[in-house]
Amino acid sequence: MADVVLESLPDINTDLSPGSTDQQDFPTEEMLVNLGPQHPATHGVLRVVLRTDGEMVLEAVPHIGYLHRCAEKIGETLAPYQYIPYTDRMDYLAGMNNNLAFAEAVEKLTGLETEITQRAKLIRIIFAELNRVASHLVSFGTYGLDLGAFTPFLYAFREREYILDLFESTCGARLTYSYITVGGVTDDLPEKFVDVTREFLDYFEPKVIEYNNLLTHNHIFVKRTANVGIISASDAIDYALTGPVLRGSGIQWDLRKLPGSGYEEFDFDVPFGHGEKGSVGDCWDRYFVRICEMQESVKIIRQALDRLAGTEDQDVTHKKGKTIKLPADEIYHEIENPRGQLGFLLRGNGSAIPDRVKARGPSFCNLSVTERVCTNVLLGDVAAIIGSIDVVMGEVDR
Amino acid sequence: MSWIENRFEEGLIITSLDWAINWGRRYSIWPMTFGLACCAIEMMAIGASRFDVDRFGAGAFRASPRQADLMIVAGTVTYKMASRVKRLYNQMPEPKYVMAMGACTIGGGPYFKNGYHVVKGVDLVVPVDIYVPGCPPRPETLIEGILRLQDMIKNQSLARDRWQGAKEKVLAASAPSYA
Amino acid sequence: MAPEEIAELLKKEFGDRVVDTTFDTSHPRIEVQAEAWPDIARFLREDSRMRFNFLRCLTAMDLLEDDKFCATYDLHAIEPAKDGKGPYTLIHGCCIQIRVPRDDAKIPSVAHVWRAADWHEREAYDMMGILFENHPDSMIGPNGKHPRRILCPDDWVGFPLRKDYMFPLEYHGIPAVTEMGQTRPVH
Repeated sequence: MADVVLESLPDINTDLSPGSTDQQDFPTEEMLVNLGPQHPATHGVLRVVLRTDGEMVLEAVPHIGYLHRCAEKIGETLAPYQYIPYTDRMDYLAGMNNNLAFAEAVEKLTGLETEITQRAKLIRIIFAELNRVASHLVSFGTYGLDLGAFTPFLYAFREREYILDLFESTCGARLTYSYITVGGVTDDLPEKFVDVTREFLDYFEPKVIEYNNLLTHNHIFVKRTANVGIISASDAIDYALTGPVLRGSGIQWDLRKLPGSGYEEFDFDVPFGHGEKGSVGDCWDRYFVRICEMQESVKIIRQALDRLAGTEDQDVTHKKGKTIKLPADEIYHEIENPRGQLGFLLRGNGSAIPDRVKARGPSFCNLSVTERVCTNVLLGDVAAIIGSIDVVMGEVDR
Repeated sequence: MSWIENRFEEGLIITSLDWAINWGRRYSIWPMTFGLACCAIEMMAIGASRFDVDRFGAGAFRASPRQADLMIVAGTVTYKMASRVKRLYNQMPEPKYVMAMGACTIGGGPYFKNGYHVVKGVDLVVPVDIYVPGCPPRPETLIEGILRLQDMIKNQSLARDRWQGAKEKVLAASAPSYA
Repeated sequence: MAPEEIAELLKKEFGDRVVDTTFDTSHPRIEVQAEAWPDIARFLREDSRMRFNFLRCLTAMDLLEDDKFCATYDLHAIEPAKDGKGPYTLIHGCCIQIRVPRDDAKIPSVAHVWRAADWHEREAYDMMGILFENHPDSMIGPNGKHPRRILCPDDWVGFPLRKDYMFPLEYHGIPAVTEMGQTRPVH
């Protein structure tokens, strides 16, 4: 009986980084691997061309544009209130926030912002924050999927459906709301909305602890995300990263904390990466910032719901929104989206139809850092890194 | 039916081969995870907790086209993506079905006018069996689409090869330079 | 620092290379010469009074009536809180505009100053056809060196966001039917 020669098998503890002495024993060849555009770990139609040497990724070049839907060109042919549905479809996980960004930009340009009632502002904040929670839930669920855990996905979508029920009872849509429009919102809140939302928040808050037990502190998950894909603070600013990706690198920067954001009277923290499990700016930090942000959003929603009392007689819809003319002027306005700063540059020419609509998608800028982070990482970590950046391709390509 | 009665053991079922094959096919439709845009989120939702498409046997989302029966084109198809859609379709083994989910894949949807980079309907690229309208369709609508697809599979027969015609359609839609 | 003071400083440093300023608007902006832009960008980034480290957005615009293209750079300067605790603070923001003629649209690249400009410049070339010189991700096309396209395929014809863009009638055999044979949007 022939003996099995175990010595000839490669050692699983081999140091695979280029240039190491172990590497010289296993000469490998470089190979180009196409990740995407159809790949479950790329969150849509992102294509990343990887130059690999064995298990090591030497270079990763993202290719985008597979979902380029000409939203900016269409914006030059429609009046602002007609363009609101297109903003929904940019970042389809956070339609409310996108509506809000565009509506605010138009209002600032036309001077309509002074006429928005307190109730409309509060409703906008409630829905923007609810949508932030829903968006982060998808991010949390699919990040688990990327790393091979199926259960968090089911947990996340269970809670997300309740939020979508709230949206549906208010505006009738599950994903593309067009609820926040120029001059206010399309309709007042339905009956008992405040009570049902409070009920949901009471139900939701303990669930975050459940998520932490399920995924955040899971040993396998931590092993795959801590110390992986570290983005330094200086790189984060240089690449103009925003949102949880920027905050994961330890930079406590949030547009909601700036004056004029509408959030001045609310008490909430801005979570940022501390390097709890590894180093500051790794995948785990970016992931955990999102989990903390869900809790902060719950805080904001509770305060906003309290403030709604006594504003029932205010008109939230605004008839002027449909008939405004844009002055011959420009504006650049940004708000804090779940993925980062979503900006709209609008240029009017005196008519109702703008001359130029430019959307600055946060995912677009966040994705540009992939090229830098995905060098000299293991092939399996690429999915972890792209998942932690949490891109929505509709917004990258617009 | 006296010639057949009591001639087989207990527990033996006889049926036509068509019926048996179609029964197996229609309750094990494996879709491909082919999310393109907004509709993909609703496609994920039917696979998740509340809607649970596993009840209809269509919950085994496959990452590879080689293992899939159904391509749910969930989202806007652009010119840059069109060649990939076609390649994925060609990689799927027969029998294969295509579902155009959402307004964009049916005919361009909101991007019909002034959408210079949007394919005005995925049926210009691959043959489509089921059209599911909506922008995006609700999960119930998508499940209805899957049920209609099951009806379609129920009525197909081995004697009539539906894929022969489909192949010709694919070839007709492809220009010589189009890989 | 208010935009007026930033403009004053820039004028003192660069003289007439600061072409124009617009302040009575909701988007205060400073117009500079295209040739001087890398020097000005370097100054904005590195001078201790400026410290603009965050490129928020780059917008390319088609000013058909002036026969010009316009590139707009929105900048922020952010820094950590003084005591090291609490959120980062915004020092100031400003907006720089560069106008170039339509038939000779060339702007020097600033991707080496702010790396965020890399993809933004590629997008501006793809959509508007403004040529960013010395861009780190350039390729040689039929009309010379230009940044690589980012959204449209490499063999795409024309620049979609130009006001005189002709819509394609087919792409690789797929017909591009538009409403009533329309080939360009009606503005």
